Amino acid sequence: MYVASLSLHDFRSYPEVHLDLEAGACAFVGRNGQGKTNLVEAIDYLSRLSSHRVASDAPLVRAGASRAVIQAEVVRDGRTALLEVEIHPGSANKARINRSVLPRAREIVGLVRTVVFSPEDLALVKGDPGDRRRFLDDLLILRAPRYAGVRSDYDRVLRQRNTLLKTAGGARRGAQEGALATLEVWDAHLARAGAEILHGRLALLDALAPFVAKSYELIARGARHDEATLGYRTALAVPGHEGTEPVPPGPAPDRADLEQALLDALAERRKDELDRGVTLVGPHRDDLTLQLGPLPAKGYASHGESWSYALALRLASYDLLRSEGDDPILVLDDVFAELDSIRRDQLAERVAEAEQVLITAAVDGDVPDGLAGARFRVADQTVRRE
Amino acid sequence: MYEGIVQDLIDELGRLPGVGPKSAQRIAFHILQADPADVRRLASVLTEVKDKVRFCAVCGNVAEEERCRICRDPRRDPTVLCVVEESKDVVAIERTREFRGRYHVLGGAISPIEGIGPDQLRIKELLQRLSDGQVTEIILATDPNLEGEATATYLTRLLKDLGLRLTRLASGLPVGGDLEYADEVTLGRAFEGRRSVDD
Repeated sequence: MYVASLSLHDFRSYPEVHLDLEAGACAFVGRNGQGKTNLVEAIDYLSRLSSHRVASDAPLVRAGASRAVIQAEVVRDGRTALLEVEIHPGSANKARINRSVLPRAREIVGLVRTVVFSPEDLALVKGDPGDRRRFLDDLLILRAPRYAGVRSDYDRVLRQRNTLLKTAGGARRGAQEGALATLEVWDAHLARAGAEILHGRLALLDALAPFVAKSYELIARGARHDEATLGYRTALAVPGHEGTEPVPPGPAPDRADLEQALLDALAERRKDELDRGVTLVGPHRDDLTLQLGPLPAKGYASHGESWSYALALRLASYDLLRSEGDDPILVLDDVFAELDSIRRDQLAERVAEAEQVLITAAVDGDVPDGLAGARFRVADQTVRRE
Repeated sequence: MYEGIVQDLIDELGRLPGVGPKSAQRIAFHILQADPADVRRLASVLTEVKDKVRFCAVCGNVAEEERCRICRDPRRDPTVLCVVEESKDVVAIERTREFRGRYHVLGGAISPIEGIGPDQLRIKELLQRLSDGQVTEIILATDPNLEGEATATYLTRLLKDLGLRLTRLASGLPVGGDLEYADEVTLGRAFEGRRSVDD
């Protein structure tokens, strides 16, 4: 799939811009702060209705404007569709396909698929577990949109349950018993949604791990390097897995068994949970572990190795989606500047086969020769094709 | 901002559910231009509704007398009880004309965030109603959202040892709709709740 044209209206720094793109590589070159990333961010927003740069929608709308509009012509299997999203911060967004309004904006999600590489990806290796959980869940939702519902259910149960734990923890004995009776209800719902997420994440881990090993191998080629392996760290006694080490990739256990394991763990930590007023077990406290040889990447890997690992994770997501018959648009947001020339060429060679690659770079020299395609100059919020 | 009483009217209307500032303004000006008799009728209904309407002592539904119309009706089956969250759910089910039993209105759903637990709902009254053994089936018709499901689970645990038939409304695809228009969650639920058709 590829984006054939993009129009923005009051999006980020752009009052109004229209550009025609083409399949293959498109590079946006310009100095910092000229609006390169905003262009690719718009396409990413269209694919997920959220940005990889900010959590809320308000910064996406140009200062002083009340709404932003993203419009893109997307070509998929030779057919063109016009996708449009109107961003209204603080209220519901509106989405249109070929000018007809969708009943729910969320339905546009998944029509355009993107895999974005950006400098922020370094957080996947060096950042908090939350960054890695989000990576797993975003990919999970991209593969099976149903998980978006499961995730929001889980988050809501978690909020309800935490509130209950807080009030019950501080209540008198008599009132506490009443609260405990409903706690079991929330346990059941937490375990059901939690088991679903766990099952999805473990199955994803199994599917993704071989691609990560291969991608890391490719990016680090030429240098001495260890094998990249993934694991899933959880406080839960995952069926079929002994000990406290992270769970290695493998077939995901049955959902019903995971649900029981979650229920057991909740029962065991009940007292602690009441004391502290928060839910202490569940997928919201787990982590994706990244190993290089015998050591965890976090804390041990060099800056270059961390970067390569982060890229390998993104590249593996792309490979996984492709192996399942998808052809996502690749967005390489300012990533080449951080790589030495060998790695740069290896990555370029690897992504050149994608139907569309969108690249942003500060200087021409940062765009590898292997990705010479259409080139756009971005300066002072105007885009000019060369 | 408008002067005095007009702005007061807009503010009051704006506090109603589903009415934003723009709608409030539109309604306010509609009222200003309307026939005085119409406005007086609206005003008297508003005050009357607060004075006259109360909640049925048996089921918790809105009523004008001590017991609501359904609880007073001797033709309704007293052995089947349908448990719902709000009075408006009673109206929705009544429209189907499928259900001939009686209702029990809980007055909400369990939601710790809003400070609603079992004690804030009419669950004690429900247990009292069941104590004479006349009811043999309970239909749990709480909303199919998270809080509604939690309330249904709680009631299931509470009532399962009483030897009653306990059922929960099915959830899944809307009748007359297209499969392609169903969202993933509904469709996923429908898959989970699929049933065999060859027996």
